[in-house]
Amino acid sequence: MSDTDKKKWLGRLRHGLSKSSAKFKDGIGGIFDKRQLDGALVEELEDFLISADLGVATAARLAQSLADTRFNREITPAEVRQALADEIAAILAPVARAFAVDKAHKPHVVLVCGVNGGGKTTTIGKLAKQFRGAGHTVMLAAADTFRAAAIEQLQAWGERADCPVVAGATGADAAGLAYDALLRAQAENTDVLMIDTAGRLHNRADLMAELRKIVQVVKKLDATAPHDRLLVMDATIGQNAHAQVEVFRDMVDITGLVMTKLDGTAKGGVVVALAEKFALPVLAIGVGEGIDDMRAFDAQAFARSLMGLED
Amino acid sequence: MFDSLTSRLGDIFAGLKRRGALSEADVDTALRQVRVALLEADVALPVVKDLFAAIREEAVGQQVLRSVTPGQMVVKIVHDHLVRVLGGDPAAAKQPAAAGGAINLAGVPPVAVLMVGLQGSGKTTTCAKLGLKLKRRDKKKVLMASLDVRRPAAQQQLALLGEQADVPTLSVVLGEQPLAIAKRAMLTARQEGADVLILDTAGRLHIDSELMAEAAAIAEAVRPTETLLVADALTGQDAVKLATEFNDKIGITGIVLTRVDGDARGGAALSMRAVSGQPIKLMGTGEKLDALEDFDAGRVAGRILGQGDVVGLVEKAAEIIEGEDAEKMAAKMVKGKFTLNDMAEQLKQLRKMGDVKGFLGMLPGFGKIKSQIADANVDSKNIARQEAIILSMTARERSNPKVLNGSRRRRIASGSGTSVQEVNRLLKSYRQVATMMKKIGRKGGAAPPPGMMPPLSPMR
Repeated sequence: MSDTDKKKWLGRLRHGLSKSSAKFKDGIGGIFDKRQLDGALVEELEDFLISADLGVATAARLAQSLADTRFNREITPAEVRQALADEIAAILAPVARAFAVDKAHKPHVVLVCGVNGGGKTTTIGKLAKQFRGAGHTVMLAAADTFRAAAIEQLQAWGERADCPVVAGATGADAAGLAYDALLRAQAENTDVLMIDTAGRLHNRADLMAELRKIVQVVKKLDATAPHDRLLVMDATIGQNAHAQVEVFRDMVDITGLVMTKLDGTAKGGVVVALAEKFALPVLAIGVGEGIDDMRAFDAQAFARSLMGLED
Repeated sequence: MFDSLTSRLGDIFAGLKRRGALSEADVDTALRQVRVALLEADVALPVVKDLFAAIREEAVGQQVLRSVTPGQMVVKIVHDHLVRVLGGDPAAAKQPAAAGGAINLAGVPPVAVLMVGLQGSGKTTTCAKLGLKLKRRDKKKVLMASLDVRRPAAQQQLALLGEQADVPTLSVVLGEQPLAIAKRAMLTARQEGADVLILDTAGRLHIDSELMAEAAAIAEAVRPTETLLVADALTGQDAVKLATEFNDKIGITGIVLTRVDGDARGGAALSMRAVSGQPIKLMGTGEKLDALEDFDAGRVAGRILGQGDVVGLVEKAAEIIEGEDAEKMAAKMVKGKFTLNDMAEQLKQLRKMGDVKGFLGMLPGFGKIKSQIADANVDSKNIARQEAIILSMTARERSNPKVLNGSRRRRIASGSGTSVQEVNRLLKSYRQVATMMKKIGRKGGAAPPPGMMPPLSPMR
């Protein structure tokens, strides 16, 4: 990423996050203005982290670690923000990894899954555009054969990103479609094949088994595929994200997370807790509806923006 | 992933003798646990705080009912309070639809129902579900129209769902803007003599002032009798912001909670209800078009508290198990008589549901067992094997598993194509379930205070 690009995306991220961190910032400012850090204040700080969806356990640990070093000392809101941002960035740094297309695979197969409405199809459209921009040939497989007009939605993205879409009829077998798509991608020597799947709640055992079937069928053509298995979730999600990651990971061995809709007021703070617990890389974040609104996840920028800090 | 709140409280209060009234210390100890439970269930923090002030006042000094622990007593008080906040009556076993279920269609037809919400919350699917419900249940003539010109193929999605539900949709004119579509839809509905016009809108962020103004303009033009905020049960702390903003900027008249069939505890429902003051009217409970139910405050309150969704369990079971069988099973559960035959029967039913973990999650007190089952990797195939094991037993063995010695177990293993270890495992889990059933049975008599657990009996 060039410097100007980086500036641009930071600005955009901050634009989205600034709305979400405004309240957060005020909160910390409000409680910590020229105050001594004591037990009651640690508890309130914990509350504010909980309000950002970090979850009870992670919020408590972060608040405690601040207390461990600064207890009984005067502390300013700016110091609190800085300290927490550093702490959060340290947790997120190991999971911030840019999505990389492996040219060794022809094609590099990416399976995209998640619960309904998380933004799978949009994410695929945006990633396809990026891959095309980087000079890769891309093919999309419309394996969401359940939801009405899901195929048409992916086809529209295919047109925007200028890449072919392999599609069957609604109600067709998703695994069979994925197989056909891989066959075609191999024949056409495509660099990247992205498979869109139907949204599914992770507690539906039958639907999860169907997802696993897609993986197994794809393996018949390429034992190493799918090379990436992405779980897409949106920033409004609360603590159920833990259960989602756990089940999807167990079923299809998730290789990375994509967090979407970070342009709203939702903080996506659960990412911090997920990073601690699962250590799965966060490969991209969505910051808008446009085809260019997809970014690599930058731990430092995310943490600083979350805490309302400027560069 | 979460232990049941009662069992957690049970541990805390284990050393405590029962006392006449709840002391401040009792209540505070219990509420600390309840607080964590509510936050883990995604109830927004400010809402939790407001609730607790009221609950604390109510709870301190309350007499602990006989045969109830102080922990259970506090949970009951919290539960009843949540039910009231959610708009229900804690004394009623099943919440009446009037508490927030009924969709207001009063007015000169066609009346408009406007659906709004964030991207991906389930608006389009909910439109079709509501259209089908109004058509089937209320015998209304319904027209649906999509004003979503942003998401690719969104209008097509509603048209296809309309076909599936056999509810007409407004023809799509390429390039037409949302406000114009809304006006044309109203005109068409009037010309065709429709009773209700359901308007689907594009997903929008509540901070997108341009799109929020557009939604407000649409509302101004069609004067809907209902403006429903469609929100996801998986939503976290942001629910507060979301409901406040949609209510302030567009003016909502109710909330539809979607994806209630997931295993999220759904604390967002409580947050949205509390901050917007608007009732939750409907909930989406599945991917099929008939999976839209009237909101049930008692059921959701139980889930938020991690008490198990007993009503949901009963309803789901009743869909599959024949009514009579269900009553027999319930009677057996209450009596604590649970044989291997019953287990085989249950396994068969479970297999039909295809969703063992979700199903067990609905049961009270199954928190721990649920995680054990997750470890044991229970899936439909596994269930079929377990069923085969039981079916390979003689009638006598099934009613009296004590006679199962080594040679019988070997015979059963080869008869069912499994191993002796698997037979042993099955018997072990049978014993666990039987013990659990006995416990539930005992509780089902006097222990749970009224309102804490909806009764098991109305199964049909």
